[in-house]
Amino acid sequence: MDNLKIGNSEYSSRLIVGTGKYKNFEQTKTAILASQAEIVTVAIRRTNLGQNPSEPNLLDFISPKEFTILPNTAGCYNAEDAVRTLRLARELLDGHTLVKLEVLGDPKTLFPDVSETILAATELVKDGFEVMVYTSDDPIIAKKLEDIGCVAIMPLASLIGSGMGILNPWNLEIIIANSDIPVIVDAGVGTASDAVIAMELGCDAVLMNTAIAHAQNPEKMASAMRLAVLSGRQAFLAGRMKKNIYSASPSSPEDGLIAGKT
Amino acid sequence: MISVQINGKEKVFATEVNLEWVIDSLSLQNRKIAVEINEQIIPRSEYTKTLIKSGDSIEIVAAVGGG
Repeated sequence: MDNLKIGNSEYSSRLIVGTGKYKNFEQTKTAILASQAEIVTVAIRRTNLGQNPSEPNLLDFISPKEFTILPNTAGCYNAEDAVRTLRLARELLDGHTLVKLEVLGDPKTLFPDVSETILAATELVKDGFEVMVYTSDDPIIAKKLEDIGCVAIMPLASLIGSGMGILNPWNLEIIIANSDIPVIVDAGVGTASDAVIAMELGCDAVLMNTAIAHAQNPEKMASAMRLAVLSGRQAFLAGRMKKNIYSASPSSPEDGLIAGKT
Repeated sequence: MISVQINGKEKVFATEVNLEWVIDSLSLQNRKIAVEINEQIIPRSEYTKTLIKSGDSIEIVAAVGGG
Protein backbone atom coordinates (compact mmCIF):
# COMPACT_ATOMS: atom_id res chain seq x y z
CA MET A 1 0.00 0.00 0.00
CA ASP A 2 1.25 3.45 -0.95
CA ASN A 3 0.06 5.20 2.19
CA LEU A 4 0.69 8.77 3.28
CA LYS A 5 2.45 8.77 6.66
CA ILE A 6 2.09 11.85 8.82
CA GLY A 7 3.57 11.59 12.31
CA ASN A 8 2.45 8.24 13.62
CA SER A 9 -0.62 7.89 11.41
CA GLU A 10 -1.18 6.54 7.92
CA TYR A 11 -3.75 7.60 5.36
CA SER A 12 -4.72 6.01 2.06
CA SER A 13 -5.81 9.33 0.51
CA ARG A 14 -3.24 11.95 -0.46
CA LEU A 15 -5.89 14.64 -0.86
CA ILE A 16 -6.65 16.87 2.13
CA VAL A 17 -9.64 19.17 1.83
CA GLY A 18 -11.04 22.23 3.57
CA THR A 19 -14.60 22.92 4.67
CA GLY A 20 -14.81 26.66 3.98
CA LYS A 21 -16.72 28.63 1.33
CA TYR A 22 -19.43 26.03 0.62
CA LYS A 23 -23.08 27.07 0.24
CA ASN A 24 -24.18 24.90 3.15
CA PHE A 25 -23.18 21.85 5.18
CA GLU A 26 -24.97 19.46 2.81
CA GLN A 27 -22.84 20.68 -0.09
CA THR A 28 -19.72 20.49 2.10
CA LYS A 29 -20.42 16.88 2.97
CA THR A 30 -21.29 15.82 -0.59
CA ALA A 31 -18.07 17.32 -1.96
CA ILE A 32 -15.91 15.84 0.79
CA LEU A 33 -17.38 12.38 0.25
CA ALA A 34 -16.67 12.70 -3.49
CA SER A 35 -13.06 13.71 -2.74
CA GLN A 36 -12.58 10.59 -0.58
CA ALA A 37 -10.29 12.70 1.60
CA GLU A 38 -9.64 11.36 5.10
CA ILE A 39 -8.16 14.53 6.58
CA VAL A 40 -10.45 17.55 6.62
CA THR A 41 -9.53 21.03 7.84
CA VAL A 42 -11.73 23.25 10.01
CA ALA A 43 -11.35 26.73 11.50
CA ILE A 44 -11.92 27.69 15.13
CA ARG A 45 -14.18 30.68 15.78
CA ARG A 46 -16.32 32.24 18.50
CA THR A 47 -19.73 30.57 18.67
CA ASN A 48 -22.81 32.62 17.88
CA LEU A 49 -24.48 33.46 21.14
CA GLY A 50 -28.22 33.10 21.39
CA GLN A 51 -28.25 30.51 18.65
CA ASN A 52 -31.07 28.10 18.11
CA PRO A 53 -30.07 24.84 19.85
CA SER A 54 -31.28 22.78 16.88
CA GLU A 55 -29.23 24.79 14.35
CA PRO A 56 -26.82 22.39 12.63
CA ASN A 57 -23.14 22.47 13.33
CA LEU A 58 -20.24 21.58 11.02
CA LEU A 59 -19.07 18.63 13.12
CA ASP A 60 -22.55 17.07 12.89
CA PHE A 61 -21.93 16.75 9.14
CA ILE A 62 -18.19 16.13 9.18
CA SER A 63 -17.91 13.87 12.19
CA PRO A 64 -14.59 13.36 13.99
CA LYS A 65 -15.58 9.67 14.03
CA GLU A 66 -15.46 9.49 10.23
CA PHE A 67 -12.70 11.99 9.41
CA THR A 68 -9.41 13.16 10.87
CA ILE A 69 -10.28 16.74 11.74
CA LEU A 70 -7.40 19.14 11.16
CA PRO A 71 -8.02 22.40 13.02
CA ASN A 72 -6.26 25.41 11.50
CA THR A 73 -5.18 28.83 12.71
CA ALA A 74 -6.48 30.75 9.70
CA GLY A 75 -6.85 34.41 10.50
CA CYS A 76 -4.06 34.46 13.12
CA TYR A 77 -1.40 37.12 12.56
CA ASN A 78 0.96 36.29 15.43
CA ALA A 79 2.37 33.23 17.16
CA GLU A 80 0.50 33.84 20.40
CA ASP A 81 -2.96 33.84 18.79
CA ALA A 82 -2.10 30.76 16.75
CA VAL A 83 -0.92 28.77 19.76
CA ARG A 84 -3.94 29.87 21.79
CA THR A 85 -6.31 28.84 18.97
CA LEU A 86 -4.80 25.36 18.69
CA ARG A 87 -4.91 24.78 22.44
CA LEU A 88 -8.63 25.57 22.27
CA ALA A 89 -8.93 23.21 19.30
CA ARG A 90 -7.26 20.43 21.29
CA GLU A 91 -9.79 20.90 24.08
CA LEU A 92 -12.66 21.08 21.56
CA LEU A 93 -11.55 17.86 19.84
CA ASP A 94 -10.93 15.88 23.05
CA GLY A 95 -7.15 15.98 23.12
CA HIS A 96 -6.53 15.68 19.36
CA THR A 97 -2.97 16.88 18.59
CA LEU A 98 -2.67 16.90 14.75
CA VAL A 99 -3.02 20.54 13.69
CA LYS A 100 -2.47 22.89 10.79
CA LEU A 101 -0.44 25.94 11.77
CA GLU A 102 -0.64 29.03 9.61
CA VAL A 103 0.42 32.48 10.76
CA LEU A 104 -0.39 35.15 8.24
CA GLY A 105 1.56 38.32 7.61
CA ASP A 106 -0.66 40.38 5.36
CA PRO A 107 -4.46 40.49 5.06
CA LYS A 108 -4.36 41.32 1.35
CA THR A 109 -2.14 38.52 0.09
CA LEU A 110 -2.51 36.17 3.12
CA PHE A 111 1.22 35.56 2.72
CA PRO A 112 2.61 33.64 5.71
CA ASP A 113 4.71 35.39 8.35
CA VAL A 114 7.53 32.86 8.59
CA SER A 115 9.24 34.31 11.67
CA GLU A 116 6.00 34.14 13.70
CA THR A 117 5.34 30.70 12.19
CA ILE A 118 8.69 29.45 13.51
CA LEU A 119 7.94 30.84 17.01
CA ALA A 120 4.51 29.21 17.06
CA ALA A 121 5.79 25.88 15.69
CA THR A 122 8.49 25.73 18.36
CA GLU A 123 5.97 26.35 21.14
CA LEU A 124 3.43 23.85 19.75
CA VAL A 125 5.94 21.04 19.25
CA LYS A 126 7.16 21.57 22.82
CA ASP A 127 3.54 21.31 23.97
CA GLY A 128 3.05 17.92 22.28
CA PHE A 129 1.24 18.97 19.09
CA GLU A 130 1.84 17.26 15.73
CA VAL A 131 2.26 20.33 13.58
CA MET A 132 1.55 20.46 9.86
CA VAL A 133 2.82 23.86 8.90
CA TYR A 134 1.78 26.24 6.14
CA THR A 135 4.73 28.25 4.88
CA SER A 136 6.17 30.08 1.90
CA ASP A 137 8.07 28.08 -0.73
CA ASP A 138 11.41 29.05 0.83
CA PRO A 139 13.53 25.88 1.17
CA ILE A 140 15.59 27.29 4.06
CA ILE A 141 12.52 28.07 6.16
CA ALA A 142 11.02 24.68 5.24
CA LYS A 143 14.14 22.93 6.56
CA LYS A 144 14.07 25.00 9.77
CA LEU A 145 10.44 24.00 10.36
CA GLU A 146 11.36 20.36 9.83
CA ASP A 147 14.28 20.67 12.28
CA ILE A 148 11.94 22.18 14.90
CA GLY A 149 9.94 18.94 14.76
CA CYS A 150 6.96 19.69 12.51
CA VAL A 151 5.36 16.55 11.01
CA ALA A 152 4.62 18.00 7.55
CA ILE A 153 5.78 21.02 5.56
CA MET A 154 3.02 22.70 3.58
CA PRO A 155 4.39 25.27 1.15
CA LEU A 156 2.06 27.40 -0.91
CA ALA A 157 1.81 26.80 -4.64
CA SER A 158 0.41 30.33 -5.01
CA LEU A 159 -1.67 32.64 -2.79
CA ILE A 160 -4.50 31.19 -0.67
CA GLY A 161 -7.75 31.11 -2.64
CA SER A 162 -6.08 32.47 -5.80
CA GLY A 163 -6.38 29.34 -7.96
CA MET A 164 -3.17 30.42 -9.72
CA GLY A 165 -1.62 26.95 -9.63
CA ILE A 166 2.03 25.95 -9.15
CA LEU A 167 4.02 29.14 -9.70
CA ASN A 168 7.44 27.95 -8.61
CA PRO A 169 7.95 24.24 -9.24
CA TRP A 170 11.72 24.72 -8.84
CA ASN A 171 11.45 25.78 -5.21
CA LEU A 172 8.99 22.99 -4.49
CA GLU A 173 11.44 20.47 -5.96
CA ILE A 174 14.23 21.80 -3.73
CA ILE A 175 11.98 21.56 -0.66
CA ILE A 176 10.95 18.00 -1.58
CA ALA A 177 14.55 16.92 -2.20
CA ASN A 178 15.68 18.31 1.18
CA SER A 179 12.81 17.03 3.28
CA ASP A 180 12.54 13.83 5.30
CA ILE A 181 8.93 14.56 6.27
CA PRO A 182 5.88 14.87 3.99
CA VAL A 183 5.71 17.93 1.75
CA ILE A 184 2.14 18.94 1.04
CA VAL A 185 1.19 21.70 -1.36
CA ASP A 186 -1.26 23.90 0.50
CA ALA A 187 -2.92 26.83 -1.25
CA GLY A 188 -3.12 27.95 -4.84
CA VAL A 189 -4.42 24.84 -6.61
CA GLY A 190 -7.12 25.94 -9.07
CA THR A 191 -7.96 22.89 -11.10
CA ALA A 192 -7.11 19.22 -11.49
CA SER A 193 -3.98 19.72 -13.62
CA ASP A 194 -2.44 21.80 -10.80
CA ALA A 195 -2.90 18.90 -8.40
CA VAL A 196 -1.38 16.50 -10.94
CA ILE A 197 1.68 18.74 -11.33
CA ALA A 198 2.14 19.00 -7.56
CA MET A 199 2.05 15.22 -7.22
CA GLU A 200 4.31 14.66 -10.25
CA LEU A 201 6.89 16.94 -8.65
CA GLY A 202 6.95 14.49 -5.75
CA CYS A 203 4.71 16.18 -3.22
CA ASP A 204 3.34 13.69 -0.71
CA ALA A 205 -0.15 15.19 -0.74
CA VAL A 206 -2.17 18.24 -1.75
CA LEU A 207 -4.40 20.37 0.48
CA MET A 208 -7.13 22.46 -1.13
CA ASN A 209 -10.39 24.20 -0.34
CA THR A 210 -11.45 26.94 -2.76
CA ALA A 211 -10.68 24.95 -5.93
CA ILE A 212 -13.44 22.54 -4.93
CA ALA A 213 -15.81 24.83 -3.02
CA HIS A 214 -15.85 27.53 -5.71
CA ALA A 215 -16.02 25.19 -8.71
CA GLN A 216 -19.33 25.44 -10.60
CA ASN A 217 -19.98 21.88 -9.46
CA PRO A 218 -18.05 21.19 -6.25
CA GLU A 219 -18.93 17.50 -6.10
CA LYS A 220 -17.64 16.89 -9.63
CA MET A 221 -14.48 18.91 -8.98
CA ALA A 222 -13.88 16.98 -5.75
CA SER A 223 -14.00 13.78 -7.77
CA ALA A 224 -11.67 15.30 -10.41
CA MET A 225 -9.20 16.24 -7.66
CA ARG A 226 -9.30 12.74 -6.21
CA LEU A 227 -8.38 11.33 -9.63
CA ALA A 228 -5.78 14.04 -10.25
CA VAL A 229 -3.95 13.29 -7.02
CA LEU A 230 -4.04 9.55 -7.76
CA SER A 231 -2.88 10.13 -11.33
CA GLY A 232 -0.06 12.50 -10.38
CA ARG A 233 1.14 10.13 -7.69
CA GLN A 234 1.14 7.17 -10.10
CA ALA A 235 3.10 9.20 -12.67
CA PHE A 236 5.61 10.22 -10.00
CA LEU A 237 6.08 6.62 -8.88
CA ALA A 238 6.30 5.40 -12.48
CA GLY A 239 9.06 7.90 -13.26
CA ARG A 240 8.60 10.01 -16.34
CA MET A 241 10.61 9.61 -19.54
CA LYS A 242 13.60 11.82 -20.13
CA LYS A 243 12.86 15.07 -21.96
CA ASN A 244 14.60 15.17 -25.36
CA ILE A 245 14.80 18.84 -26.07
CA TYR A 246 15.04 19.67 -29.83
CA SER A 247 15.40 16.01 -30.67
CA ALA A 248 12.35 14.04 -31.78
CA SER A 249 12.20 10.28 -31.62
CA PRO A 250 9.50 8.48 -33.66
CA SER A 251 7.29 6.05 -31.83
CA SER A 252 6.70 3.91 -34.95
CA PRO A 253 9.32 1.76 -36.74
CA GLU A 254 11.46 3.57 -39.28
CA ASP A 255 11.94 0.40 -41.35
CA GLY A 256 9.45 -1.15 -43.75
CA LEU A 257 7.83 2.03 -45.05
CA ILE A 258 5.95 1.27 -48.29
CA ALA A 259 7.93 3.79 -50.29
CA GLY A 260 11.03 3.13 -48.29
CA LYS A 261 14.56 2.55 -49.51
CA THR A 262 15.83 -1.00 -49.23
CA MET B 1 -24.48 41.78 39.98
CA ILE B 2 -21.82 39.94 38.04
CA SER B 3 -20.77 41.54 34.80
CA VAL B 4 -18.66 39.55 32.32
CA GLN B 5 -17.62 39.61 28.67
CA ILE B 6 -18.64 36.58 26.61
CA ASN B 7 -17.13 36.52 23.13
CA GLY B 8 -16.59 40.25 23.44
CA LYS B 9 -20.18 41.06 24.46
CA GLU B 10 -21.23 42.17 27.94
CA LYS B 11 -23.49 39.85 29.97
CA VAL B 12 -24.85 40.51 33.44
CA PHE B 13 -25.92 37.82 35.92
CA ALA B 14 -28.02 38.68 38.97
CA THR B 15 -26.56 35.98 41.18
CA GLU B 16 -23.39 33.93 41.40
CA VAL B 17 -23.30 31.29 38.66
CA ASN B 18 -20.95 28.54 37.52
CA LEU B 19 -19.70 27.94 34.00
CA GLU B 20 -22.07 25.04 33.41
CA TRP B 21 -25.02 27.33 34.11
CA VAL B 22 -23.66 29.89 31.64
CA ILE B 23 -23.25 27.26 28.92
CA ASP B 24 -26.81 26.00 29.54
CA SER B 25 -28.21 29.53 29.49
CA LEU B 26 -26.70 29.97 26.02
CA SER B 27 -28.15 26.60 24.84
CA LEU B 28 -24.62 25.36 24.15
CA GLN B 29 -24.72 22.28 26.40
CA ASN B 30 -24.99 19.83 23.50
CA ARG B 31 -22.50 21.61 21.26
CA LYS B 32 -18.89 20.76 20.62
CA ILE B 33 -17.23 23.82 22.14
CA ALA B 34 -14.14 24.86 24.05
CA VAL B 35 -14.07 27.56 26.71
CA GLU B 36 -11.43 29.96 27.97
CA ILE B 37 -11.80 32.23 30.97
CA ASN B 38 -9.21 35.01 31.08
CA GLU B 39 -7.17 33.12 28.47
CA GLN B 40 -7.09 29.92 30.56
CA ILE B 41 -8.76 26.87 28.99
CA ILE B 42 -11.37 25.32 31.26
CA PRO B 43 -11.69 21.56 30.66
CA ARG B 44 -15.26 20.30 30.24
CA SER B 45 -14.97 18.31 33.47
CA GLU B 46 -14.48 21.55 35.42
CA TYR B 47 -17.50 23.53 34.18
CA THR B 48 -19.51 22.79 37.33
CA LYS B 49 -16.86 23.79 39.80
CA THR B 50 -15.80 26.92 37.90
CA LEU B 51 -17.48 29.98 39.41
CA ILE B 52 -17.86 33.08 37.28
CA LYS B 53 -16.42 36.29 38.74
CA SER B 54 -17.25 39.85 37.80
CA GLY B 55 -14.85 41.08 35.13
CA ASP B 56 -14.18 37.62 33.70
CA SER B 57 -13.54 37.48 30.00
CA ILE B 58 -15.06 34.28 28.58
CA GLU B 59 -14.37 32.94 25.11
CA ILE B 60 -16.50 30.12 23.71
CA VAL B 61 -15.35 28.64 20.40
CA ALA B 62 -16.52 25.97 17.98
CA ALA B 63 -15.33 24.44 14.72
CA VAL B 64 -16.51 26.19 11.55
CA GLY B 65 -15.79 25.74 7.86
CA GLY B 66 -12.23 26.64 6.92
CA GLY B 67 -9.35 25.64 4.70
